[in-house]
Amino acid sequence: MPDNDLTPAIEFQGVGKRFGDNVVLDGLDFTVAKGDRVTLIGPSGSGKTTILRLLMTLEEANDGLILVDGQPYTHEIRGGRRVAIPEKRRSLVRRRVGMVFQQFNLFPNMSVLENIIEAPVHVLGISRAQAVARAEDLLEKVGLADKRDARCTQLSGGQQQRVAIARALAMEPEILLLDEVTSALDPELVADVLGVLRNIAETTDITMLIVTHEMQFAREVSNRVLMFDGGKIIEEADPESIFTSPEHERTQEFLRAVL
Amino acid sequence: MNDLWSWDHAAAVLPDLLKGLGITVLATVVGMIIAAVLGLVVAVVRRSRVRAVTMPVGFLVEFIRSTPLLVQLVFANLMFTQFPSLAVGCVVLGIHYATYMSEVYRAGIDAVPGGQWEAAVALDLPRSRTWRAVILPQAIRNTLPGLGNYAISMFKETPFLAFIYVVEMYAAAQAYGGANFRYIEAITLAGLLFLLVSYPTSLLVRRMENRLA
Repeated sequence: MPDNDLTPAIEFQGVGKRFGDNVVLDGLDFTVAKGDRVTLIGPSGSGKTTILRLLMTLEEANDGLILVDGQPYTHEIRGGRRVAIPEKRRSLVRRRVGMVFQQFNLFPNMSVLENIIEAPVHVLGISRAQAVARAEDLLEKVGLADKRDARCTQLSGGQQQRVAIARALAMEPEILLLDEVTSALDPELVADVLGVLRNIAETTDITMLIVTHEMQFAREVSNRVLMFDGGKIIEEADPESIFTSPEHERTQEFLRAVL
Repeated sequence: MNDLWSWDHAAAVLPDLLKGLGITVLATVVGMIIAAVLGLVVAVVRRSRVRAVTMPVGFLVEFIRSTPLLVQLVFANLMFTQFPSLAVGCVVLGIHYATYMSEVYRAGIDAVPGGQWEAAVALDLPRSRTWRAVILPQAIRNTLPGLGNYAISMFKETPFLAFIYVVEMYAAAQAYGGANFRYIEAITLAGLLFLLVSYPTSLLVRRMENRLA
């Protein structure tokens, strides 16, 4: 089993995704190296979020393979045919991938702390005491140590999103998917959340896949930017080059519109 | 006046009625526990993706809802003569109302945002744990008023138990009437006692609804 630093963290091989007649992704190939911070940009409907959802198994690809750390994730080729991998095996890969959602999706029936320790205790099987200790560290890190026992519904959007980040990190993921994590926030709360993410980017080597409209954040945090249009990558570069001198006409148009 | 209403008869029937009320309440409580548990099982099973499971359960639910409670009670009582009528009655009430409770649960489950399921997948929570720790605690909160309303409605349908010879409050009133050729006091008091229990309960349910809204 390949598992060294040269194996890509994520590899898409000819991945296609359709919703009815609507082709969202069409034979998509790309790789993300370990520790990469990749931002996906492009007009809405270009398939960026679908890529994250495929990696979280919230959607299922129609064709192609997705590899995580060199291992087939949802499908594999057996006897020349593409077959689905059973849930038990998917689950082992899935727990190495974390996701933060636009709408936070915290569990409102649990306290902040319970949200964070739920999966470590019930999925990873670590002891409650250990999970609580780790959760407290994470709450410290996202600046919400005093909200430990609060109900999620009592928190502001920005605070909820920081709890959601802590919850994802509690699983110690190798890959973190960030799906428009600031889009649902009031403008004055965006900075706190981005600050937390910047800090994580600086202090860990988690591979990140980011869908965002915050171009400044993309520029600061990511080392690669992929421009999507019509389910394909039309341009790919480091953030400096793509934001200052985009080559593709569609990229120029898009950046003019959002910057 | 004495012909229309006799306080003597009213006083004489009251102990029988109160004993009957005890049976009525017992049948409602036991029936509702069965309905609440079974209804939840039905609601969860019907969300399964296995058609071999959902189809028969769906058919059974439709079947039970499309036939009258009274017919079900009498039929079950004929089938299961080895059990006491009260037990048969409670189970039939429970099963009948479970088919309605399952819809209440279904609505409650549907009202839990899809993002909750997605967050559970993202954390790799097993499906059983997702149901138990995330979905049902949120869904059941929304179903409490529905549960209360069906409890009141079941309470008011317990007189059907008289047809399978369970002496609940209505049967007690009938028995007194038949034995003494005086129905009016017994039936009036039985009605008042029903009102005395169901009205405060419905106020309680309404308060619960307002608090959850």
